Order: sequence, then structure tokens, then C-alpha cells
Amino acid sequence: MTRWACLALLGLSALSPGAARADGLVADLSSHLIAITTGFTGASVVLFGAIEGPADVIAVVRGPERDVTIWRKDKIAGIWANAESVTFASMPSFYAVAASRPLPDVLSPASAALYRIGTGNLRFDPKSPTAPDRARLFADALVETQKRAGVFSAGHEKIAFLGDRLFRTTFSFPANVPTGNYLVEIFLVRDKDVVGGQTTPLVVSKVGVDAAVFDFARGNSLAYGAIAVVTAVMAGWLASLPFRNT
Amino acid sequence: MDVYLPVAEVSLDIFVLLGIGAAVGFLSGVFGVGGGFLLTPLLIFIGVPPTVAVASSANQLVGASVSGVLAHWRRGHVDFKMGFTLLMGGLAGSVLGVWLFTLFARLGQIELVISLCYVVLLGVLGTMMGIESARAILRRRQPGAARRKLHRHTWMHGLPLKTRFRKSQLYISALLPIGLGFVVGMLSAVMGIGGGFLMVPAMIYTLGMPTSMVPGTSLLQIIFVAANVTMLQAYTSHTVDAVLALLLLVGGVIGAQFGTRFGTRLRGEQLRFLLAVLVLAVAAKLARDLTLHPADLFVIPTDTRG
Repeated sequence: MTRWACLALLGLSALSPGAARADGLVADLSSHLIAITTGFTGASVVLFGAIEGPADVIAVVRGPERDVTIWRKDKIAGIWANAESVTFASMPSFYAVAASRPLPDVLSPASAALYRIGTGNLRFDPKSPTAPDRARLFADALVETQKRAGVFSAGHEKIAFLGDRLFRTTFSFPANVPTGNYLVEIFLVRDKDVVGGQTTPLVVSKVGVDAAVFDFARGNSLAYGAIAVVTAVMAGWLASLPFRNT
Repeated sequence: MDVYLPVAEVSLDIFVLLGIGAAVGFLSGVFGVGGGFLLTPLLIFIGVPPTVAVASSANQLVGASVSGVLAHWRRGHVDFKMGFTLLMGGLAGSVLGVWLFTLFARLGQIELVISLCYVVLLGVLGTMMGIESARAILRRRQPGAARRKLHRHTWMHGLPLKTRFRKSQLYISALLPIGLGFVVGMLSAVMGIGGGFLMVPAMIYTLGMPTSMVPGTSLLQIIFVAANVTMLQAYTSHTVDAVLALLLLVGGVIGAQFGTRFGTRLRGEQLRFLLAVLVLAVAAKLARDLTLHPADLFVIPTDTRG
């Protein structure tokens, strides 16, 4: 992965999970696990840390990568139908950015592109040959659609400084947050250039009954279907019992 | 209070789900149909992905139909021979339906297909039922008007494989119920409905079954078709949310009992006219959504959103 190569080149290889340290930067998350339980309605994770000397901080949260198909609707015989689609390979399923100041003020466009910071700098790679302007159109629409779904951050979160050294920000995850292994990248920025950074993992996972149901539905789908049917039959039978004599 | 649905992957208010179950159950109790044609659009409306709504409605339907059949069976209003003949066609139809469902899902057109099926079927059926019940109401006001002929001989009575259905007092070709079962089974797989609202009029007007035998017999075969659809959807598209189905069932069973009691106070043709109005309203709403300029020209189907 090119992202890893970039970080490695700068001598910033990913360190152990949890708290990690790079040149003048220490940061960690309030939790490395977002547990989706039966009552799950979304979650927040606090990113906090400290830097040495004056600098800016940018943080990026990326969800697990997946192929995403986006459709464009067109009016066919008076009805709006999905007319054409583009499938982009390996898109992050979740993407959020936080920065201590507005992004253009903090980072040069070249650095933003190199480190893929900001939704405009994501790598859009159509799976089948697509004309560049068409790919651009669908890529922009993909970002907009994901923003509306709440899985791409609309603008960017503010990273607040407490004094000169301590910083913190909060990332919010909606109820429809994709599950999987996330990566949180924290960049130390001086003079519009990245001078240090670190990564830390974040796992979004279903736990308890929901995880059991979901895994069962995927892994053992025939048995799951059978149990779903039997449960419904039992429920229907039980429900009719109190009304037997009426 | 929100509850996270593990397969649908959305959080929804548990009381909204119970309420929808109860409302649909109430209507199905009043009108004697499964109510799936209202349940699936309602679930889609509150944010359940359409594919999950269709498959989970089928699962809910299994329970609701068992409950209904037991009630009719105690009164002796189930024709088992007719039910199983319908079922033979129904099982074959639902296999084809689930295959079509997965095909359209892969082509990215399943949501359009579901909506179109609803608009066409509900529109045609609502119009037919509305005209028929309005005539019946008018006829009641003019007692001297001519009555419909009891038996008309058509091409359907010339088909081979004539079979006697003692309970329904019919001697017709077995191909008729098999064909009817096939069409309804296919639609139930694509639309997540039991097909009661199609099956009931077809059994009365096409097969000529006595009205008292129709709901119980229709529900009997729906149990098996819906169970088959649930199994196939669970196996091929992984879209059955058993938690969602169970919540809907709890609300539905309670609602159905109240609905049945309310239904006995209304006259048949008035009931059918009300149902026709309801069916047309749902069809109009869906048709409007299809032809209105969409707010978002671009969509990412939920199964690829991740």
C-alpha cells in the first residue's frame, strides 16, 4: 500500500497499537474498540495527545477499504431508474478528517495529495476503463453521497489545543458505521509540510447477540434460515393460543 | 428506545417497529389479507434497506400466517387439498422469484423492480376492487337489479387434469390452482408479500371457491411459500433479519386480534371498498416517487456501501 510506503520513507513506521510516539508527537484514542450492541445508535471516540513546540496537527480516520458501486439515475420512459454505474476499487468505507486550523491554511496541496488528506485527495480507481471526466463526475458524486450517509465527514472536525502542547478532538461515528479494522493517522505539520506522524488502530465490531446473529446469518445461512422460519412458526402458534376459545 | 438490527445494520426505534407491526396486523385482521403489501413499503420508508425489508417481511409472514390458519382451521375453513395444489405451483414460483431477485440485485435494478411491481399490481387491483365493491354497494340500494350469473363456462374449464376439491365443492383442472400458485409464489419472492391480496380475489373470481374457504386456504399455502422464500433469501442474499421479523410479529399478532373484531362490524362490500382506497393510495404514493425528480441523482446501493 502506497500510504504505508510514504510513511515508511519518512521513517515513521507504524508503531505498537495504542499509544505511540514519533518526533515530538504523542497521541492516543479514548478507546480502540467501537462495540456495536443491540442499543447502538452511534459512538464517539476522543483523540488526544501532545506535541513539542509550535505546530499544527491533522488527524485522518479511514474505514476498511471496499469496492463501491455508484449508480446515476436517469429518466427512462418517464420513470427514474438506475441508468449507469461506475465501480471504484478499494474505497475507504469511512473517512473523516480533523485539523487544528482550516486545511488550506495548514497544509500545501502537494502534501495533502501525497498523504491523501481530504475527500478530494482520495484515490479514485475505476474497476473498468472509464473516461477521466466521467470518472471525476462519479467520484465527486460518491463523496457527496457518502457525506449524506454520514460515513464521509462533510467538512473537518476541529482539533482544539489546550495551551500550546495538549490537543484533543472527537470523532463521531453514526449508527450505520461500517464494521472492520480502521486506521487513525495523526500528522504533525510545520510550514505547510508533514514533519512527523503516527498511526493507531481502531476496531468497529458487532459484539454479543448482534454479532452472533450476523455471523450465523453469513456463515451458516441455511441453518439460520431454518431457525428464522421455525421461530416465526412457534411465535405464530403461541400467539394464537390465548384466542383459542373465541 | 432504539434497537440495532444485526442484518439490516441500522438502528430503529423499537416502538416504531412494534407500531408498524400492530398497524399492519390490524389492517390484515380487518381485511383478511396478509398486509405484506403495506409492510414492505413502510419498512423501506423508515429506512430499512429494500432487500432486507422484502426478505424479513417474508419471515414475518410465516408467523402471521400460522396464527391465521390456526384460527380458520378451528372453524373448519381450510381446504387442504386445494392449499397443497396451490403450494406445488407456489414453491416452483418462489424459486424462480428468488432467482430473479438476486439477478436484479446484481444488475442494480432490484429497488426499481420492487417499486414497479407494487405500482402495477396495486394500481390494477385497487381499481378492480374499487369498481366491483362500488357496484355491490349500489346494487344493495337497488334490490331489483339483476344478479350475476353463478357459473359461466370459459376456456379455463376445458383444461385437462380435472380434479375434485370436495371441501370447496369444485371440479376444475388442477392446472389452474398450480398456475395461480406459481404466479403468486414468484411475486411473493420479489415483493416480500404473501400475495393474499392477489390470491384472495383470484380464488373467488377465477377458481370460484366459496368465500368462507378462501382466507384460510390462501394463508395455508402462504405459510409454506413464505417459509421457502425466507430460506432461499437467507441462503442466497443473506438479507433476512430475524430480529426485525420477530419484532414485527409481536406487534402484528396483537393488532390482528383487534382488527378481526373490528372487521366483523363492517359489511363485506364496504370493507372491500375501503381496502381498494387504501391499496390505491399506496400505489399512488409509490408511482409519484418513481416519476418525481429524485433529490439525489446518484445512489450507492446499500449492499455495496459496506
